[in-house]
This record gives sequence, structure tokens and C-alpha cells, in this order.
Amino acid sequence: MLLIQSLGGDRLKKILEVQNLHVSFSTYGGEVKAVRGVTFDLFEGETLAIVGESGCGKSVTANSIMQLIPKPAGKISEGNIIFKDIDITNANEKQMRNIRGVDISMIFQDPMTALNPTLSIGHQLMEGLKQHQNISNKKAKEKAIEMLNLVGIPNPEERLEQYPHQLSGGMRQRIVIAIALICEPDLLIADEPTTALDVTIQAQILELFGKIQKETNVAIILITHDFGVVANIADRIAVMYAGKIIESGMKEEIFYHPKHPYTLGLLHSIPRLDQKDDELIPIDGTPPDLFSPPVGCPFTARCPHAIVACEKMYPLRHESSLSHYVDCWLYDERVKNMKQTN
Amino acid sequence: MIKYIIKRFLMMLLTLWIITTLTFILMMSIPGSPFNDVSDKTSNEAVQANLESHFNLDKPMIVQYYYYLESIVTLDFGPSIKKPNDTVNDLLGRGFPISFELGIISIIVAIISGIILGVFAALKHNGIIDYLAMSIAVLGISIPNFVLATFLIQQLAVNLELLPVATWKSPSHMILPTIALATGPMAIIARLTRSSMLEVLTQDYIKMARAKGLAPYKIIIKHALKNALMPVVTILGTLLAGILTGTFVIEKIFAIPGMGQYFVESISQRDYPVIMGTTVFYSAFLIIMLFLVDIAYGVLDPRIKLHKEKGD
Repeated sequence: MLLIQSLGGDRLKKILEVQNLHVSFSTYGGEVKAVRGVTFDLFEGETLAIVGESGCGKSVTANSIMQLIPKPAGKISEGNIIFKDIDITNANEKQMRNIRGVDISMIFQDPMTALNPTLSIGHQLMEGLKQHQNISNKKAKEKAIEMLNLVGIPNPEERLEQYPHQLSGGMRQRIVIAIALICEPDLLIADEPTTALDVTIQAQILELFGKIQKETNVAIILITHDFGVVANIADRIAVMYAGKIIESGMKEEIFYHPKHPYTLGLLHSIPRLDQKDDELIPIDGTPPDLFSPPVGCPFTARCPHAIVACEKMYPLRHESSLSHYVDCWLYDERVKNMKQTN
Repeated sequence: MIKYIIKRFLMMLLTLWIITTLTFILMMSIPGSPFNDVSDKTSNEAVQANLESHFNLDKPMIVQYYYYLESIVTLDFGPSIKKPNDTVNDLLGRGFPISFELGIISIIVAIISGIILGVFAALKHNGIIDYLAMSIAVLGISIPNFVLATFLIQQLAVNLELLPVATWKSPSHMILPTIALATGPMAIIARLTRSSMLEVLTQDYIKMARAKGLAPYKIIIKHALKNALMPVVTILGTLLAGILTGTFVIEKIFAIPGMGQYFVESISQRDYPVIMGTTVFYSAFLIIMLFLVDIAYGVLDPRIKLHKEKGD
């Protein structure tokens, strides 16, 4: 992002660039176009939140970066993923193995199922380290204990011998985070890391993300459907709908000056404690069928402000600041002029 | 752990006592005696009475039961009625090592080949290897071992003359009986491993292992197989029993001088001491195997605790 570059000068390095990414899955019913031209970039030490409802393609985007989408059903049909100036879109399994866990790590939604029940915590922590680094058992153990300390787990030495079922959900998610960070990656992709946790534990885990980022300067892509989570830790937000990023901007811009009717709808549907009698307003309708996505704006059918153009053609991008853009006809100069003349 | 083993051991003794008592009741409720063989024309009533008193068969049932338990406890089953030159222990000592060899080789072959077949079938899900492996498995399950045995003898031993027809002398003699006995259990293990692998491979922890950048063989062996083997271990007990009974048939077909022949003959001939000895021996063997299977559970899955720890 230009703005960040101008603010941070040369110190900030761009570590990830996703250009016009298209991902589709072949199923018995036909081809599902899950991601349809997603473009974003990420700088070191930054947190980008990708927000959207279920099935909008946010997890697929994340998994595509790691090339963990189920093959051969799923494939990247178009676009590029550039990690630290190297195009990894077509990297083979062997090349990806040297990136996964080392340069890019991933945290999964449910810590109850992400850890192998039959292997000890210590084994699961150290195996990635041993795979990628020529390291002695003693050193690996020291590193594992260091990581457990970092993520705030008491008595780390005892924990190494324990198994996942002996730990609580919050503890397990801390372990998962420790596993993801043990090889000191540059990019951490967190796919709904707090969805499966209690609210109080959620807050602790989010706090932990902040602390880790401060200490390791890791860039984070946070996949979530929860604006509350976003408000806590994101720097930038990308709102996804039906396989496209429809609005993107700095956190403040999205929260205080949302442009897209969908973003507005999402913000209205957050419960608030500070306002009395504030009814939650749901967004009517359902997302479009991605077997045959609409040619125009995919939100047209649910949008209270839709005009004829919305259905006919995908909106041209409107940039309201260096860091904030929206794909919506309502902000097009011609539409604005038309409205005034009417 | 020691407490658990002692507890299990006592339970095993109890099980053994129930089995032996049931065997005794069944044995006694079969009409006839070892000495009323119609073809045996030399025997008259006086001789029969003498023989019966010699083997304590004229005593009241409860006294016979007492002698029976005594022989089990002392592990001395006395001489065979039909083979007067051999004690039951002689027969077991001669037959068991051979039966054990056949059984253990078969179960090892079945486990290893079944798991390999199942894992490859799961990894190449819906591919040619999968269909091939599952075709073998379906054949293995549906063809009875005695049919397979005779087919193998006919083709490999008689027609192609590759392997010896029967008996148990050298490693090449072992191949056909082992295949005949191991195919069924192998097929069951292969199918089970496949379905259980397919399920495990979709689990989050496998995706997480991939996200760590682990080598594929580590993901398959350490992460997937260890979890996928649980159902296989569960049916291992049943399979062992199947192999055990399978040996009777296979030994008969291949003229292998194992325990099976004595066991089957003893029942048709009412050779009470041999029935006792073989039953006790087989049951004890099976019970111990099941115990080992339970131990294997705990080793594979840390969530299964064999004993209660303090504070649990």
C-alpha cells in the first residue's frame, strides 16, 4: 500500500503480494469459483484482516497461499502469489515444504482437532523444527520451552510430556500458535483462530497475537467473520464477498467511513453494548451461487441501494484515499451526477 | 500399572475357570464314552468297567469335576485315553510349537501386508491401486481358507510344481499354508486400515502437519497411521481367534502335525483328557493375546488409560 510505504519509508518490506487470484473447485455439480480475482499485499509486521461471511472465499484464499487446498479438485486457475519477491504460485510440493512452517505458518480454527491426539505436545512442537533445521534434541527442547514461555504456558517442561487431551481449549490454541511460530516465520496466517474459543479466552489469545507481533515482527493475515476480533488487532481490513474483495482500507477507515453497502450491513449487525434499544439489522438474502456467479456486483440482490448498472457490470474501483478503495457503483462520479440531476 | 496387571490376571483366571467349567459340562453332556466304539469288538463289559474306573469315569460327576480342576491347576492332564503311549502334555509339547509357528507367521504376514495394502489404497483413493487392493480384499474375505488352500495346492504345487504340496519341514513348506491362513485376516485388516486412513487423512491435524512442512512419510506414518491403527487393534483379538480356528482346517489340509488335529480328533473320540488339555491351552493362549491387545491400545493412544491415576 502506497500510504504505508509513504508513512514507513524504506524500512517496511513487502513480503506478500497476491495478484488477481482465482481459485476454483471442480465438483460433481460443476465448477465452484470460490475466489474470483483477489488482489492484496502485505508488509512485514503488519496485520491484515480478511473479513467476510461463511463461504465468501476467505479461507480458500488463505489455504491457496500455503497451497493447502485439496488437490486435484481445487486449483489456482489464474493469478500470482509472490512471497518475498519469489513467485510461489506454481511451486511444487517439495518447494512448498521448505516454505511451509519455515517462512509461512498457519493457525487453524479449532485447537481441539488441530493437534494430533496420539502425539505428545513436545513431539508436535519440535518435529517442525527438526524437519527444517539441523538441530540437536537438546537445542530443540530448549527452543520448544522458549516458545511455550512466549505463548504464556506455565510449567513448559511438564507440558512437553503431556498430550493434547490433558489441556484446555485455550491452552491448546496457545500450543498451536507456538507450533506455528517455532521456526520464526515471516508470515502467519490465522484462519479464524478464536472462533472455537470462549469469549474470555478469545480476548487472551488476541492479546497474545499483539504481544507476539511486537516481539517477532511477524506479518499476520487474520481470517475472520468477527468484526470484534478485527477491531482488536488489525491494521488493515479487506472485506470479502462472493470470492472478491469488495472494500479494503485501514481499520479506522473501514470502521468510521465504511463505503460498501455490504460493509455497512456487516457493521450494523454487530451487537453493541454502548447503545440502548439499538436493534440488530440483519442483511436480508443469501450470497450468490458460486457455480455461476453474477456478472455484475454479487451483492446486487441483497443491496438496498442497487441500481440497474449494478446487475449489468462489475463496478469500477473507487479509491477514496491512498489506502481505501471500494468496488461499488454508488461512488462513481457518473452515478452521483445522475442522482443529483434526478 | 502393576496393580492393573494383577487385576487383569485375576480376571483372566476367572474367565479361564468359566471356560473350563463350561467345557466340562458340555463334554459330559455329549452322549457316549471313549470306550463304546462299536468297531472295537474286543471290549466287553468287564473290560469297559475296568477302563472306566482307571480313568475315574465311574465316579460321581462332582468328583470327576474335582479331578478335572486338579489336573488343570497342576497342569498335568495325564495320559491320553486313545493314545496310551502319550500324555496330553506330550501331545501339546509336540503340536503347539508347529501350530504357534504357523499362526504367528500368518498373523504377522496378515498385519503387515494388510496395513500396507490399506495405506496405499487410501493414499491412492479412487485410483487403480485402490481398486486393485480392494478387489484383493473382497476376494480375500469371500473365499474360505480351505477353498483357497486347495486352489493353491492345485495350481502352485501340483500344476506348476513351484512349492511342496504339504507337510511342515522347510520354509518353502510354510509358504502355501501361510498364504491360505493369512489372506482372510489380511483382507479384513486392509479394508479397515483403508477406511480408517481415509477418515484420518481429512482431519485437521493432518492439514496442520502439512502446514508444518513435514515430509510426506512422516505425516503418513507418525500422524495418520498411528491414529488409523486403533480400529485395527480392536479387531486384532477377533482375528487371532479366527487364525486359531483356521489353523485346525489348514493343518488338516496340509497335513501339518500341529495341535489342531489332536483337538478335533479328541472331541470325536471323547478323549476327555485331550479335550481338557487343548481347550485350557487354547483359551489361556487367546486370553493372554487379548490382554496384549489391550496393552497395545494404551501404547497407541494416550487417551486410553488402563489404570486410574491419582487425582483422576
